[in-house]
Amino acid sequence: MATVTLKNVKKSFGPTDVIHGIDVEIADGEFIVIVGPSGCGKSTLLRMVAGLETVTAGDIHIGDDRANDKEPMDRDIAMVFQNYALYPHMSVAQNMGYGLKIAGLPKDQIDAKVGEAARLLQLEALLDRKPRQLSGGQRQRVAMGRAIVREPSVFLFDEPLSNLDAKLRVQMRLEIKELQSKLGVTALYVTHDQVEAMTMADRMIVMNGGVAEQIGTPLEVYESPRTLFAAQFIGSPAMNVLDAEIKDGSVRLGGVKIAPTDAADGKVKLGIRPEHLKPDPSGPIDMEVQLSEPLGANTLLHGRLRGSEEPFTASLPGVHRTSIGSHQMLKLKVASEDIHLFDPQTGTRY
Amino acid sequence: MEKRVTFKGWLLPVCLIAPQVFISAVFFFYPAAQAVWQSLFIPDPFGLSKQFVGLGNFEFLLTDRFYRASFLTTAIFSVLVTLVSMIPALFLAVLADRLIKGAGVYRTLLIWPYAVAPAVAGVLWLFMFNTRVGVVSWYLGQLGYDWNHVLNGGEAMGLVVVASAWGRISYNFLFFFAALQSVPKSVIEAAAIDGARFWRRFFTIVLPLLSPTTFFLLVVNVVYSFFETFGVIHTITSGGPQQSTTILVYKVFSDGFVGQDLGSSSAQSVILLIVVGLLTVVQFKYIERRVHY
Repeated sequence: MATVTLKNVKKSFGPTDVIHGIDVEIADGEFIVIVGPSGCGKSTLLRMVAGLETVTAGDIHIGDDRANDKEPMDRDIAMVFQNYALYPHMSVAQNMGYGLKIAGLPKDQIDAKVGEAARLLQLEALLDRKPRQLSGGQRQRVAMGRAIVREPSVFLFDEPLSNLDAKLRVQMRLEIKELQSKLGVTALYVTHDQVEAMTMADRMIVMNGGVAEQIGTPLEVYESPRTLFAAQFIGSPAMNVLDAEIKDGSVRLGGVKIAPTDAADGKVKLGIRPEHLKPDPSGPIDMEVQLSEPLGANTLLHGRLRGSEEPFTASLPGVHRTSIGSHQMLKLKVASEDIHLFDPQTGTRY
Repeated sequence: MEKRVTFKGWLLPVCLIAPQVFISAVFFFYPAAQAVWQSLFIPDPFGLSKQFVGLGNFEFLLTDRFYRASFLTTAIFSVLVTLVSMIPALFLAVLADRLIKGAGVYRTLLIWPYAVAPAVAGVLWLFMFNTRVGVVSWYLGQLGYDWNHVLNGGEAMGLVVVASAWGRISYNFLFFFAALQSVPKSVIEAAAIDGARFWRRFFTIVLPLLSPTTFFLLVVNVVYSFFETFGVIHTITSGGPQQSTTILVYKVFSDGFVGQDLGSSSAQSVILLIVVGLLTVVQFKYIERRVHY
C-alpha cells in the first residue's frame, strides 16, 4: 500500500518527445485509469512507473521513496500485461509462485500464498495446467494471481482486457475492480476503452499526444470536460462539436438561438452530448436524419444539421420504430446546463 | 487442423516427388545397399575376387581393440565438438541480443567463419598450431608450454575439436540469435518485475524457452561431428597420433581406402549408419518429449 506521485514526468525517445510532463498525485488505495487513443503515451507512462522505461525528466515517487533509478523488482509493484506474459513452460502454480521463489521464500509458504490467491480467483482446479491449456479468461486470472501473491503496494495493468471477448471483458472488469477494492492496493490501469475508464476509475487521466488533457473522476470528466479532446473521447456516442457563435448573451448556431449563456461574444466550439438532445416541435435544432441505429434501450440517430455538412448524432431513449425514418427532419432542444463551450483556438473549456 | 492439398490424378504428385526420390536413391539407398552387400565379403588385396564371410567382418570388428577405441574417441570427440560449438554460440547470441547499436556488424562478423570450408579451417588451425612454424605454438613455447599435437594425443584431440567447432559456432549462433529474438519481451519484463536478475532470468526463463532450438542444434551438431569433420581431421592429424583422433568416419576411410580392406570398411559404415540412426531415435524419443512446453 502506497501513494504514487508523478512530478513533471517526461519521456523522449531520441529527439522525439512522447510525454510532455505529467503531474499527478495518486492516493493510497486509489484506482487510477489512464485512458487515451493508441500512441498517446499511456503505456509508456505506465512502463516508466514500472521501471521498464527510463524517465527522461521529472520524478516518480512510490510511497515515500524516489523510484526513478530503482530496478523494477525493487519498486514493490506488480504488473499485468496485455498478452498476460505468462511463463509458457511453467504450470499455473509455478507461474504464480515464481516471484516468491526468487525472493527465497520456503516452499510451504509459497504453496500457502499461491493456494490462497488461487482460491480468491477460482483457479484451484487449474494449478497444474500449463498456460497453453487455459482459455483467455483463465490466463488473465493467472496473470492477476501472479500479481497478487507478491502483495505489492501498487498494481499496474497494461490493457489487460483487450484480448478478451466483449462479454468476458465486462465480467473481468468487475472482478478486477472488486479485487482491487478488497485488497485495497493502489492501482494504475491503462486502457483505450473509455467504458472501462468510466466504470472502473476512481479518477482517470485522459491522455492525448503525451499530455494529460484532464485528471478527474469519471463524472467530472463527463460533466465538465476541460478540453475538446476529453469531451469527445469520453462518452459514447461521442459528443457533437459544432462551430457556433455567442451574441447578445446566447449561443447561436447559424444565427438561431440555442441556449442562453453569460460568456463573452465571439466564435466558439459548441459541444452537445447526443444523449442530452430531446425532441421538441419548437426546438431550435433542426436535424436531418440519415441513419437510425435502434439499440433497444435507446435509438441513435445519425444525420446532419439543416443547411450544414457537419455530422450530428442524437441519442433518444427507447424505440422509435415508426416515427423517425431516414431523411426525416427532426426538431431538438438542449438544456442550457448541458451545453459545453470551448475556445476554438486552444480547445479549452470556457 | 492442418490443411492438406489433395491431387486428383497421380501423375503430378509422382512428378513432384520424383527428384527427391531419385536423389535419395542415387546418393543414399544405392550406396547404402552396396555397403551392406560389400560388408558380407572379404575381397582380395587387388580387388579381383571376393570371398563370402557372412557376418565375419562384423564379428571381427566388435572384438577389435582398435575399433572399440575408435568408438570411445568418437564419443569424446562428438560430445566436445557439440559443447564447444554450442555454449560459446549461445553466449555470443545472448551478448548480441543485448546490443542495440552495431548489432548488424557484430552479427555479420560472427557469421563469417561458417563460410570457411572445413578442410580450409583445418589447414588454418594447423598452421597456427604447427609445432615448428605455428604462431600459437610459438607463443605457448614462450610461456613455457611445449605444444606438440603430433606426439601428444590429448593436444591433437583438443586441436581437432577446436578446429571442427570453430566454424559451427557461427551456425549455432545464428539459430540461437533468432530464437532469442523470438522470446516475448513481456515475459522477460514480467520476470524482471518478479525479481529475477539477468542470469537468473536467463536460466529459468530464457533457456527453457530456447529448448526447441537447443534440441534441434544438438541433433544437427552431433550428426555434424560424426560425418562432416572428416576434412578437419584429415588435414590436421590424419587420425593420429596413434589413432587418438581416429573417429569412426575416419576409420571407414583409412581402413577402406588406405588399408584397402573394403569388406571391413563397408561393415564399419553399416555400423555407423545404425549408430546414428539409433542416436537420432533416442534423441527424438526421450529429449524432444521434454522440450515442448
